[in-house]
Amino acid sequence: MNKKTLLLTALLAAGTGSAAHAETFKFAFQGSLNFLDPYSLNETFTLSSLGNAYEGLTRRGSDLSIEPALAERWEIIEPNRWRFYLRKDVKFHNGNDFTAEDVAFSVERVRSEGSDLTTRVPGDAKVEIVDDHTVDFVLTGPNPILHYEWDTFYIMDKEWTTENDAVKVTSASDTTPNYASLNANGTGPFKIVSHEAGVKTVYEKHDGWWDETKHNIDTVEFTPIASDATRVAALLSGELDMVYPIPVQDIKRINDNAGTVALTGPELRTIFLGMDQMRDELLYSDVKGKNPFKDEKVRKAFYQAIDAEAIKQKVMRDLATPSAIMISPFLFSKASEFERYPYDPDNAKKLLEEAGYADGFSVGMDCPNDRYVNDEAICQAVAAMLARVGVKVDLNAQPKAKYFAKVLASGGFDTSFYLLGWTPGSLDSWNVMSNLMNCRNEAGEGSPFNLGGFCDEKVDELTGQVLVEIDPEKRDGLIAEAYKISHDNAYYIPLHQQGLAWGVADDIELVQRADNQFKFRFINKN
Amino acid sequence: MIGFATRRLIQAMIVMLVVALLAFTMFRFVGDPINQMVGIETSIEEREALRDRLGLNDPIPIQFLRFITNAAQFDFGTSYQFRQPVSELFAKRIPATLELSFTSALFALVVGIPMGIYAGLNRESPISKLFLSVSLVGISLPTFFIGILLIFLFSVTLQWLPSFGRGETVQIGSWWTTGFLTVSGIKALILPSITLGLYQMTLIMRLIRAEMLEVIRTDYIKFARARGLPDRLVNFRHALKNTLVPVITITGLQLGAIIAFATITETVFQWPGMGLMFLQAVQNVDIPIMSAYLLLTAFLFVAINFIVDILYFYIDPRLRVGRP
Repeated sequence: MNKKTLLLTALLAAGTGSAAHAETFKFAFQGSLNFLDPYSLNETFTLSSLGNAYEGLTRRGSDLSIEPALAERWEIIEPNRWRFYLRKDVKFHNGNDFTAEDVAFSVERVRSEGSDLTTRVPGDAKVEIVDDHTVDFVLTGPNPILHYEWDTFYIMDKEWTTENDAVKVTSASDTTPNYASLNANGTGPFKIVSHEAGVKTVYEKHDGWWDETKHNIDTVEFTPIASDATRVAALLSGELDMVYPIPVQDIKRINDNAGTVALTGPELRTIFLGMDQMRDELLYSDVKGKNPFKDEKVRKAFYQAIDAEAIKQKVMRDLATPSAIMISPFLFSKASEFERYPYDPDNAKKLLEEAGYADGFSVGMDCPNDRYVNDEAICQAVAAMLARVGVKVDLNAQPKAKYFAKVLASGGFDTSFYLLGWTPGSLDSWNVMSNLMNCRNEAGEGSPFNLGGFCDEKVDELTGQVLVEIDPEKRDGLIAEAYKISHDNAYYIPLHQQGLAWGVADDIELVQRADNQFKFRFINKN
Repeated sequence: MIGFATRRLIQAMIVMLVVALLAFTMFRFVGDPINQMVGIETSIEEREALRDRLGLNDPIPIQFLRFITNAAQFDFGTSYQFRQPVSELFAKRIPATLELSFTSALFALVVGIPMGIYAGLNRESPISKLFLSVSLVGISLPTFFIGILLIFLFSVTLQWLPSFGRGETVQIGSWWTTGFLTVSGIKALILPSITLGLYQMTLIMRLIRAEMLEVIRTDYIKFARARGLPDRLVNFRHALKNTLVPVITITGLQLGAIIAFATITETVFQWPGMGLMFLQAVQNVDIPIMSAYLLLTAFLFVAINFIVDILYFYIDPRLRVGRP
């Protein structure tokens, strides 16, 4: 028996071994999977779940690097023409072949009315089918990050979608869900075999998957569990193999319990404070006739009055990484060049005095209480710290549904001082710049999430350049310049990247990705 | 009789209208539903278009009129989060809530009645005193706390019973799913039913005890004893029977309350019923689900009260006004 056959026998034995012993993996998340149409909602958990059944042309690995998926490789053959070479012999769960037609169809559908993911493909980009397994994307200008969000732009089967009358995306205003909203047919490692929204979703291994299977799971059962205490209890009692998220105060208990461990790691989301720098008089303040936040000294005073390290230790129980820029250091090569202004309440007082607020002033602060990890507690800590330098904060913490209705464009940016978190969907700085750092008008045109409305023409100019700059080194330089302007002027006060906390049974191996997506293809049950 | 019923019916309809108006106006203040329906990067124009399509930009009276006309035809609109008709969603969730409610009502009766009888007959015994103190706990502890306590004792520490969900269910007919026919389904029922039924059990126990004490003092019981009837006969045939009348009334009314207020228990145990759906709808500003739930609950109470009123009319001759 030579070496090769020995290996083959071993593999076969391993194969039959695991087949005889079907592994079921059960997990819970705090929210639910409401529908299966991959273009209905641009939300992490929905896209993360569907990403086990559907696949994009690209995918992201455990370290978030872009990998080929349904496209084997791609190249920019002309500055404005990208060519994607599609993987051959890929089959959808229903047995249909995956071809260039499906890609063209998915591009049309994802950009159609009712889709919540229209930004995945530029509206003016054209798709040209070269042959069955080659597709060209023709753009109107250079775009180095065309494919950055394609790991969650899932390719659907044209034939299946058309046959089942599901070409139109089930949008938020539709009265009946279409077939694709209740059924899934992707190319991914798992197929969805049953789905009851808000109750249970069952996945089964897809045997015909094109990639080498590295997991040993045959069935995955997902249950939403909204109550924190119940979710943790279900893990501790051994009913579930994994739950997420877990409250930071339960981490120790899960680690102390035999058979379970808490898996923690950094998340990409940056939590920061923003200030109204647009209005001539603040809506919520005792300062009349002028806006103190227009003064750089006041903004820096706020910055230096807040002890990010203390928030990390006391509020976040070390499950946070204090941050100096508005993007996770994972997503930006020059992040290490930035450093937070030191915590210095004395200097803060001095700056306030120089700005003419020796006796301090009062300001209203808006804060969600059910959106980010310990959000309300962070705001309370901030209020207490500012009180030490004489600023009186009237905290208005409310549920996200009310909070966002007040502070976003639809509420007329009704805030003076607020806490917000941001993860760039594309995992790239341009998203941060264009959404948070450009000028905007009162209707929110420009950067709609620049709630404080600061306006720096240089940043706007850099944003335009970053969008079309192909050379990575130069591009990162432009991005760094923008972040430096924001830092120097204290346009924002970045606080930290919040951490991820998942609870896992100790016989499970899995990958906790910093984008908080959970991929079954990484799971192994021992 | 017909006049009485019509008057009551008109009153009931007014109540429903008021509830509808309350439900409708209240939920305008819960928050902006649009943010829960789209991803954060959805553009302002798209949000505005969506608001238009959903009719959220129409004047409030028009929205209310539309809501009332549709609700009268049992059309509660489409859930914002699930994008399915609310009536269908409720139909799917009703079996879970009803099974839980009836099991907990049954638990309350089966445990509460014997405890009440015992405590009524043996006033001074230490066991009666124990029952009374235990029942005080049942009344004073909040439901979610009892639920979590039970979960930590029976699921986490002893690992006897599941901490969440309905277990395996069996489909009966086209839309009813039941957990009564599987072992895991029955196991899953135990903890939530106890949590939900504990308060009712306490209530029934205390009611029976008080009634028992009252009845035992009456003359006909004393005479029965004087005639030498055996204790068993006196206690159960004569005394208990007369205590049961108010118990039946209370149980009937409480069943409505159990069904309507199963929300907290359902949330603690992730029990996939209507209450859980309602609480999640509140978090996500799913106005169609919220208003439908409130209307259904109001309807349940109005209907029960209406039936009780009519029954009393038959039972109690004094109500028949105009007939001396």
